[in-house]
Amino acid sequence: MAERAALEELVRLQGERVRGLKQQKASTEQIEEEVAKLLKLKAQLGPDEGKHKFVLKTPKGTRDYSPRQMAVREKVFDVIISCFKRHGAEVIDTPVFELKETLTGKYGEDSKLIYDLKDQGGELLSLRYDLTVPFARYLAMNKLTNIKRYHIAKVYRRDNPAMTRGRYREFYQCDFDIAGQFDPMIPDAECLKIMCEILSSLQIGDFLVKVNDRRVLDGMFAVCGVPDTKFRTICSSVDKLDKVSWEEVKNEMVGEKGLAPEVADLIGDYVQQHGGVSLVEQLLQDPKLSQNKQALEGLGDLKLLFEYLTLFGIADKISFDLSLARGLDYYTGVIYEAVLLQPLARAGEEPLGVGSVAAGGRYDGLVGMFDPKGRKVPCVGLSIGVERIFSIVEQRLEALEEKVRTTETQVLVASAQKKLLEERLKLVSELWDAGIKAELLYKKNPKLLNQLQYCEEAGIPLVAIIGEQELKEGVIKLRSVASREEVDVRRGDLVEEIKRRTSQPFCIC
Amino acid sequence: MPQLGFLHGRAWAALLGQLRRPPGAVCIGAVHSHSQAAEATLASQLKPHKEKSNFIIKTPKGTRDFSPQQMVVREKILDMVISCFKRHGAKRLDTPAFELKEMLTERYGEDSGLIYDLKDQGGELLSLRYDLTVPFARYLAMNKVKKMKRYHVGKVWRRESPTIAQGRYREFCQCDFDIAGHFDPMIPDAECLKIMCEILSGLQLGDFLIKVNDRRILDGIFAVCGVPESKFHAICSSVDKLDKMSWKDVRHEMVAKKGLAPEVADRIGDYVQCHGGVSLVEHMFQDPELCQNKQALEGLGDLKLLFDYLTLFGIAEKVSFDLSLARGLDYYTGVIYEAVLLQTPAQAEEETLNVGSVAAGGRYDGLVGMFDPRGHKVPCVGLSIGVERIFSIVEQRMKTFGQKIRTIETQVFVATPQKNFLRERLKLIAELWDAGIKAELMYKNNPKLLTQLHYCEDMAIPLVVIIGEQELKEGFIKLRSVASREEVAIKRENLVAEVQRRLS
Repeated sequence: MAERAALEELVRLQGERVRGLKQQKASTEQIEEEVAKLLKLKAQLGPDEGKHKFVLKTPKGTRDYSPRQMAVREKVFDVIISCFKRHGAEVIDTPVFELKETLTGKYGEDSKLIYDLKDQGGELLSLRYDLTVPFARYLAMNKLTNIKRYHIAKVYRRDNPAMTRGRYREFYQCDFDIAGQFDPMIPDAECLKIMCEILSSLQIGDFLVKVNDRRVLDGMFAVCGVPDTKFRTICSSVDKLDKVSWEEVKNEMVGEKGLAPEVADLIGDYVQQHGGVSLVEQLLQDPKLSQNKQALEGLGDLKLLFEYLTLFGIADKISFDLSLARGLDYYTGVIYEAVLLQPLARAGEEPLGVGSVAAGGRYDGLVGMFDPKGRKVPCVGLSIGVERIFSIVEQRLEALEEKVRTTETQVLVASAQKKLLEERLKLVSELWDAGIKAELLYKKNPKLLNQLQYCEEAGIPLVAIIGEQELKEGVIKLRSVASREEVDVRRGDLVEEIKRRTSQPFCIC
Repeated sequence: MPQLGFLHGRAWAALLGQLRRPPGAVCIGAVHSHSQAAEATLASQLKPHKEKSNFIIKTPKGTRDFSPQQMVVREKILDMVISCFKRHGAKRLDTPAFELKEMLTERYGEDSGLIYDLKDQGGELLSLRYDLTVPFARYLAMNKVKKMKRYHVGKVWRRESPTIAQGRYREFCQCDFDIAGHFDPMIPDAECLKIMCEILSGLQLGDFLIKVNDRRILDGIFAVCGVPESKFHAICSSVDKLDKMSWKDVRHEMVAKKGLAPEVADRIGDYVQCHGGVSLVEHMFQDPELCQNKQALEGLGDLKLLFDYLTLFGIAEKVSFDLSLARGLDYYTGVIYEAVLLQTPAQAEEETLNVGSVAAGGRYDGLVGMFDPRGHKVPCVGLSIGVERIFSIVEQRMKTFGQKIRTIETQVFVATPQKNFLRERLKLIAELWDAGIKAELMYKNNPKLLTQLHYCEDMAIPLVVIIGEQELKEGFIKLRSVASREEVAIKRENLVAEVQRRLS
């Protein structure tokens, strides 16, 4: 043991020597000689080296995606991307980290949740917190005045993870945004149409899209008598109405945030309301609210929005909800959030669907923050909360006992007898060259039973069996794994036959 | 307000730094009131400050955005690579962008200094992943997986000196395919080479060559030539330069800079300048000195078997046994390989890019054992496709040929020549979307017909649906082909079917 410790110390010292030589820019020969010594010392430590030193895990709040989870993820992304493309969006990508100053000042109180990179002597960097700020930076940097783009990528937040509820520190966002100066509410309506299309296609149950407007909220606070300085904090109390009762919210506003009780009551008259376009019309008539210019603007836009949503056939899924507040830092107009109406729950666990599965809004001022001359590019967009959706889809597949394949292999090339490896290699290569998805076992003389079992476990529908007798006759046995039926197929016809069988719907192999 | 007076130089700098920092950073955070008046005040406050601020909009050094045009090219390349991996039955894996720092520090030897660390913010110490192989080994050990055939496409990060001209960035994409598990010899290794050939052929980058060697053969050669063990690593990296430098220069480096005896260098030269097919393998088996070396014999035996399999796979002529191939040998234990593009003389003139290898890999049987608490080994062999280099080549070639790229897939544009027809357009486009048709409309209440048609031409949208008052009364829609400019009148209720027919 002492020997080992001494050896480890030598390794450490030698490592430092190497680093030192590099810093001093010593000769290549010298460095490499010392490196060789280091490697030799490490080799002496043997396979034990390094094994005691850490616990095998991913960082807190992050996870690997197993092949099964990847298969689910790809299914979900396919639906989402296909919808984005249907609406004519281009795709972009941005780096995983930004200059720290790009992200500074954009997220309000949430800024403390940003992951910073260590100062290693270069630029100060931070991992991106969302895809919206990078988008705004991209627009300003390239001086773009209009674009319709989607972006699917991971973002990073040093939040308190709640992994059973699909809340991670590293997670995917699927964003769609329309940037540009256009006639009012048309792009906004399209965003809502997209949200509805995606949530319907994913078949995760009934959902509702709540809609509100920043200006309506601000106007409402103003006419109720909320002091300007308390707008933000009262907003975040109101936002909790989807989770707690009005009494509790009122208590927080009065008791914790120092709001006058009468003011709180006035707010209560408004924010507990939700409805369709009739509520919009009702509020347009409201004696107090109709005196407030901002609120009127917001209500006018919402009325127009509802018209368009009706033409889009989705008005019945939309609810004008005055309690919707959200993180309001950069939103300037309409805001929306989709919630599931019947969240699935495992026994004893909190329902997965709690909270929103998609959200967004209009943010006209963000790009202007990046542009050196403050030129504004109005934007509206949405973000799909896929992590929650992954969990829901996974659960649903489990419940339905649907098997999720993790590979797409169509044929296993097998042999019934020994010494047929060469034949298998030749055949599988033929299939690959014809674009067929095929595998073989990496054994010289595998047992037929093992090969068949492999197919059943992996869900491979067909087996091409090479046997000595068949080889002489120039045929291959093609076997359906599901039905266990076998036919002899001429070697030259095999590719065609496999393609024919695997192209049928539901692969009736 | 800090007291002025005697402050250290550093304190002064900090103070000045605070004053110079764009107040926007503070202002914006504080604007939670957001009433119209407040916003106006803020805007007027921000403007003069912003022009003074020294904030430059850019991506970090060595990283870049991908525009829609670039994304189309990248996605084509990745689709082709992934489709090949799938064809060979690989499962897909994904791992986090960062790992516990300790997971990475021991693995990369001298390259550890190139790892991006995350700031210590009171939690775990983290680092961005440097490649996809170490996370794979960690995954296998963590989940006690003994056999797995997986692919992983993802970004990795290295604080190298970026050389944009060679397509070398600090953030770049890797496409890895690996087979982990104890199997009969050389079958998975051969499949890896088959995959590399399929991908490089499929990408139509021109002729390519795959160089193959074996760690044990190299070690054996050095041993029989009399290279002192302590110099193995150093001599290896000299030998590796033979693809870029002449033997004379390499020999000179070994003797003059690395202190190798000239006779030893000459003996090495006799070996490492050789390359050929399976006949070279057989030739080396007969070599009087090398066949005394157990390691070298093992390596040669495996290579012979490999060539047998490559012949059955129909790719032996693309593979060259090249004794100068050394590569970063830190974790490789057996066969190693590297694919290079063979440029035609014309290309060599045109293209300023000289990207080196476009794919590489090898066998590494000891890595998983380093993670496993009990040192259990899981033999692995794999490959990595250098997509960034490939992307640079494809991008440059597309520029040279002036190829136009469609960045959207829209099939139908919904237009109108008249005013006040927005509502009809919205209803119609929803019908198309609900039928799964890719459609767009202009976000204007009253767009001009010409503008709409120009948009279709610019964006290569094949069909336009035109709604007008007359047609609407009669229950018809005009369907126009953008390319031919031919128009037909279709009954409103047949529109979707007709569009689908034309697009199929």
